[in-house]
Amino acid sequence: MSSLIDVLALAAIAAGSFFFLAGTVGLLRFPDTLTRLHALTKADNLGLGLVVLGLLLQVDSVLAGLKLVCIWLLVLLSGACVSQLIALNARRGDLRQ
Amino acid sequence: MTDVFNIGLALLLLGLAAWTIVTRALFVAIAGFIAYGLLLTLAWVQLHGIDVALTEAAIGAGLTGVLLIGAAGRLRHSAAALNLEFPSMQVRWLAGLVSAAVSIALGVCVLALSDPAPTLAHEVAANIADTGVGNPITAVLLAFRSMDTLLEAIVLLFALLGVWSLAPDQSWGGRPGLRQQVDPNGILAYAARVLPPLGIIVGTYIFWVGADDPGGKFQGATILAAMWLLVIMAGLADAPPISRTWLRVGLVAGPLVFIAIGFIGLYSR
Amino acid sequence: MAEYLLAAAGFVLATVALGLVRILRGASAADSMMAIQLLGTGGIAALLLLGAATGEAAVVDVALTLALLAAFASFAFVKAAGDAAGQDTKVKSDR
Repeated sequence: MSSLIDVLALAAIAAGSFFFLAGTVGLLRFPDTLTRLHALTKADNLGLGLVVLGLLLQVDSVLAGLKLVCIWLLVLLSGACVSQLIALNARRGDLRQ
Repeated sequence: MTDVFNIGLALLLLGLAAWTIVTRALFVAIAGFIAYGLLLTLAWVQLHGIDVALTEAAIGAGLTGVLLIGAAGRLRHSAAALNLEFPSMQVRWLAGLVSAAVSIALGVCVLALSDPAPTLAHEVAANIADTGVGNPITAVLLAFRSMDTLLEAIVLLFALLGVWSLAPDQSWGGRPGLRQQVDPNGILAYAARVLPPLGIIVGTYIFWVGADDPGGKFQGATILAAMWLLVIMAGLADAPPISRTWLRVGLVAGPLVFIAIGFIGLYSR
Repeated sequence: MAEYLLAAAGFVLATVALGLVRILRGASAADSMMAIQLLGTGGIAALLLLGAATGEAAVVDVALTLALLAAFASFAFVKAAGDAAGQDTKVKSDR
């Protein structure tokens, strides 16, 4: 039983890592700021979310699990705020130094 | 596997550091510096210095980035003047030689450390039961070497006086810094309303948990300071005018309470 | 198990470090901010995986601190850009 949980956890973590890769590739290859922002948020939501899900299966106490979920929610919140702000700036004009 | 990870991290750190120094664009260098702080946090974790990793995450990756970007924003106007002041070839050679000499001296010192390194860890471990905390770093900072911590707080007060003294005469007693003009319904204001309550909880938690686990007053205080910085950045509150009595009393109260607790400890034995 | 977690941490880290290339190629300030944000999230994921691999429970606190403060650089950047443009952070949209 515990090996099944281990396999599930590893599968979730592998999927999360894949989304990080997708986010990076999007950041590097998409043509425009807004599309790159879209790729970035996939890494934030799904990448970190799946990694946290995989680690939740391995955790020993409720408090530790709660902390993991809190981290994910905080990253979602700040990622959403940052994305909105960067998109507003992008719409206002190019910011090349 | 751990070795591969550590070597990869070290190479990444070195490459990023070298590139941050070499690059010409100011903003790109700042972004590189923030990234460097993030990677350094991981390095500290790998070196089993979790308290230091916490400090690096709070200060290096968080607060210093804000300060540098604010400074860069102000330098933008004088960018043309900066370019005119580019130092001559002799000055640059001298700077390079001095930097190389310091690096070599540091390297020699590190390699010449005696093995096993002199340490007081055994004395700390032997006496830690008297202090009532479980984390040896907290025991050193707040019990065995609490004098250092007190003097740090007093040095902060002096630094604050130094910053205040930069005010022009007619502004003395007013608010330090400009009032921020930010849309109160915008995203920054929203973030400044939602994050600080969470930040206060997390900061207090990290301070509290520092008694027995990695954490402590330094990291908790940095988080609280960062939250207040966000509130000021979003224009939701202003820094208080320095002529307010409650502000001055609050600033002095910290070291006074510290000293009072010290005296109480002295006379309660 | 710990080996796999460590490998995953290394993979995530290497991946988001590729995002640093975005900054390396002299991209605009907004791209640099996005690369920092990606590195922050990847760093948090790598920290959590490292903590689980080594069994060190306190690493989750480091990740928590990072999660709280990771966005600050971007906030500061947007603030500085907004100040430079002389307007507040709200775009005059047609809404």
